[in-house]
Amino acid sequence: MTNETEPDFHAMEGNEGEAAHEDHHHELSFWRKYIFSTDHKMIGLQYGFTALLFLLFGFGLMLLMRWQLASPGEPIPFIGWLFSDETAPGGIMLPEFYNQLGAMHGTIMVFLGVVPLAVGAFGNYIVPLQIGAPDMAFPKLNMASYWSYFVGGVVMLASFLVPAGAAKAGWTSYPPLADIETMGQTMWLIGMIFLITSSLLGAVNFLTTIIQLRAEGMTYMRMPFFTWTQFITSFLLLLAFPPLEAAGVLQLFDRLLDTSFFLPSGLVVSGEVLEVSGGGSPLLWQHLFWFLAHPEVYVLILPAMGIVTEIIANNTRKPIWGLKLLIYSLIFLGFMSFVVWAHHMFITGMGTSLSGFFQVTTMIISVPSVIILSGLFLTLWGASMRFTTPMLFALAFLPMFGLGGLTGLPLGLAPTDIPLHDTMYIIGHFHYIVAPGTILALFAGIYYWYPKATGRQMNETLGKIHFWGSFICMNGIFFPMFFQGMAGLSRRLYDGGASYEFAEGVIHYNPIMSAFAFLLLLAQVPFMINFFMSMKKGKKVGSNPWEATTLEWTATTSPPLAHGNFEETPSVYRGPYEYSVPGADSDFTPQNQP
Amino acid sequence: MREFLDISHLLGMPEAASAHAADIDYMMALVHWLMLILFIGWGAYFLYVLYRFRASKNPVASYEGAKGTYSKIQEVAVVVVESVLLVGFAFPIWGLLKNEFPVANTTFEVHVIAEQFTWNIHYPGPDGIFGPLDPYLVNTATNPIGLVMSDSTAMDDIVMIDELHLPLDRPVTLSLSSKDVIHSFGVPQLRVKQDIIPGLIIPIWFTPTLAGEYEIACAQLCGIGHYKMKGYVTVEPMEDVDAWLEDMASGAF
Repeated sequence: MTNETEPDFHAMEGNEGEAAHEDHHHELSFWRKYIFSTDHKMIGLQYGFTALLFLLFGFGLMLLMRWQLASPGEPIPFIGWLFSDETAPGGIMLPEFYNQLGAMHGTIMVFLGVVPLAVGAFGNYIVPLQIGAPDMAFPKLNMASYWSYFVGGVVMLASFLVPAGAAKAGWTSYPPLADIETMGQTMWLIGMIFLITSSLLGAVNFLTTIIQLRAEGMTYMRMPFFTWTQFITSFLLLLAFPPLEAAGVLQLFDRLLDTSFFLPSGLVVSGEVLEVSGGGSPLLWQHLFWFLAHPEVYVLILPAMGIVTEIIANNTRKPIWGLKLLIYSLIFLGFMSFVVWAHHMFITGMGTSLSGFFQVTTMIISVPSVIILSGLFLTLWGASMRFTTPMLFALAFLPMFGLGGLTGLPLGLAPTDIPLHDTMYIIGHFHYIVAPGTILALFAGIYYWYPKATGRQMNETLGKIHFWGSFICMNGIFFPMFFQGMAGLSRRLYDGGASYEFAEGVIHYNPIMSAFAFLLLLAQVPFMINFFMSMKKGKKVGSNPWEATTLEWTATTSPPLAHGNFEETPSVYRGPYEYSVPGADSDFTPQNQP
Repeated sequence: MREFLDISHLLGMPEAASAHAADIDYMMALVHWLMLILFIGWGAYFLYVLYRFRASKNPVASYEGAKGTYSKIQEVAVVVVESVLLVGFAFPIWGLLKNEFPVANTTFEVHVIAEQFTWNIHYPGPDGIFGPLDPYLVNTATNPIGLVMSDSTAMDDIVMIDELHLPLDRPVTLSLSSKDVIHSFGVPQLRVKQDIIPGLIIPIWFTPTLAGEYEIACAQLCGIGHYKMKGYVTVEPMEDVDAWLEDMASGAF
């Protein structure tokens, strides 16, 4: 332990006097401290709370869909009376409402839940601490980023209230459907523009911070892997999002100003010729969308890999196997993620040369992914493993991400994509990446860094119940999807495929999957209790309860000082994961130990 | 060997009904073998290390960690297998489907015009020439595809809704187009799926090899009726298709 005396902080308690004691800066008003804060830690917490609420909300949308899939046409139980006649009269869901739920579940989980939690919350809170920076490079930009995200979220939520409800054209918003759908689609575009702006502001900030504000001795190769993943993620956000922002504006023009960027001539909708100038291309949107949305997949997964790496090093008590190789793989992965986007579009009529190129790049990108995953698996060899709650979540990430990655192979090869494209198989594939993959890793991160933000530890028993419940239920939901997809069952079907004979053999999985979905909600109850109870009643711990090596644990208090993070600016003398060094005094050697 | 490796039916793929399906299924089986071997291999390793290297059994961690070249061998093996899948299977199958269209007079050609939420099937009739279309002539009740009836080539054309009859064991070319939004022409048993992009006419070809009636399922979200945008493909001997077309011609116009 490096810090003997612990200031008695009660984080997140509305008592300003206590949190600011021994602090020579002038006291901030409630508004400047908690709402319009420029402190990266407070902004990180704001991002975290908002994103967790959106995750819960997006999960709720999915539960409504799962109810409908399990029992098409049956009234929604308990809360059915809440819905209007335009969405679910008498609690019975209408197809237009189902399509709203589908589009908004995807949008909310990706853009308002997982990315803000992985990057906005964890990145903001942890990166400056890990590199020994007093704050982010541009604190006001950081605040602007959060508030832009917040406005985007409000717009997305408000879209449920406009006439004919929220967006219905899927989270991919493909025109011409998105161009001719109702007003919710306009709200979706406006919301997206705010969310993209938020990510761009964040990306610029992270890049500058990591390049400029590293402590003395913190060379790139000594940077913890988590910070590396945030570094690469920021490049992806910075370079991939502008095309979608531009495309979003163009689609907005199509909807509001009667342009035809994505509309060809001669369309006939419901028997009427669509009077537009025409000459546009629906495929242009798909290219612009996936040019973002494929790197976006890595934005979802890289921070999760970073979190898992930190936790595995800490709980195996040994260095990460081939850390340099993993860093190079990560950089390569970042580059490659820009040249695989059209593998989402094999079925649009792609010829041999273009599909050949994208199949080759897709197979190439699987190599660094396999290296990183293998490196983490090999790290376990020779370990002295502690099965703490964060470690359980981090360990589960490995096979779950593995399954998600492997099932990407038949989708990334054009001929095998034919039977699987737009079926439940792809839904299973990307949910394995994002739900039992990334979301489990994000939970791992919450359990792991909670003591840093609050000075208290979360309850281990509740944590383990939460882990096993989530792990089992997620597999119960997503694994049957592979069989449904193999049988040819399409995604996005309001009745879950009940109209199709060929799906007969696999739609009886739907009620089972839905039951697991509701149990998954139940499994989050111990987490919610644990999360709030531990703020007051959790076991008080020192600054470095996990006996970790990286700066956020070894050079700061828990929580770190409100201004400037560090009592004295740390200097760095070694790599990030010097655990069980032969001949050392303890089994961990902090990065800032001379 | 191929029979042993082809586990596509165990994966739950529907019965195959087209000539190219066997190649796709075999490739699907091989990809899943690769996945299975990697998952089971790493899975077994994973369970073993969780047991062997727990803190109570192994209180002091090793600073050096894993040695050996196993992972390099695995990397190389994955690259080799993926290359074989690409060069040996993916490229030739895609080339066959995209570049080797049957010559015009040996193939049976039909136009499919998708709309929210039906499949309009357009046959050329006895003259073998498809009549021209004009979007301004579309009438949902009487002329769903906007056929220019004044044109002499259009008079004998046959337009069906949600009903596509195709000959057995003969190459078929479908020209796919859409009136409104993106749809996707998917028939699981035929191993056929093609997005239909408004503004483009996209040709696909295949050879049905198993008689029967199969469902056409729209595979791309196209609006509120997407879930019930269903049609039927009937695969039957050429004589039956001709007889059916004759029936339809006398009744249709």
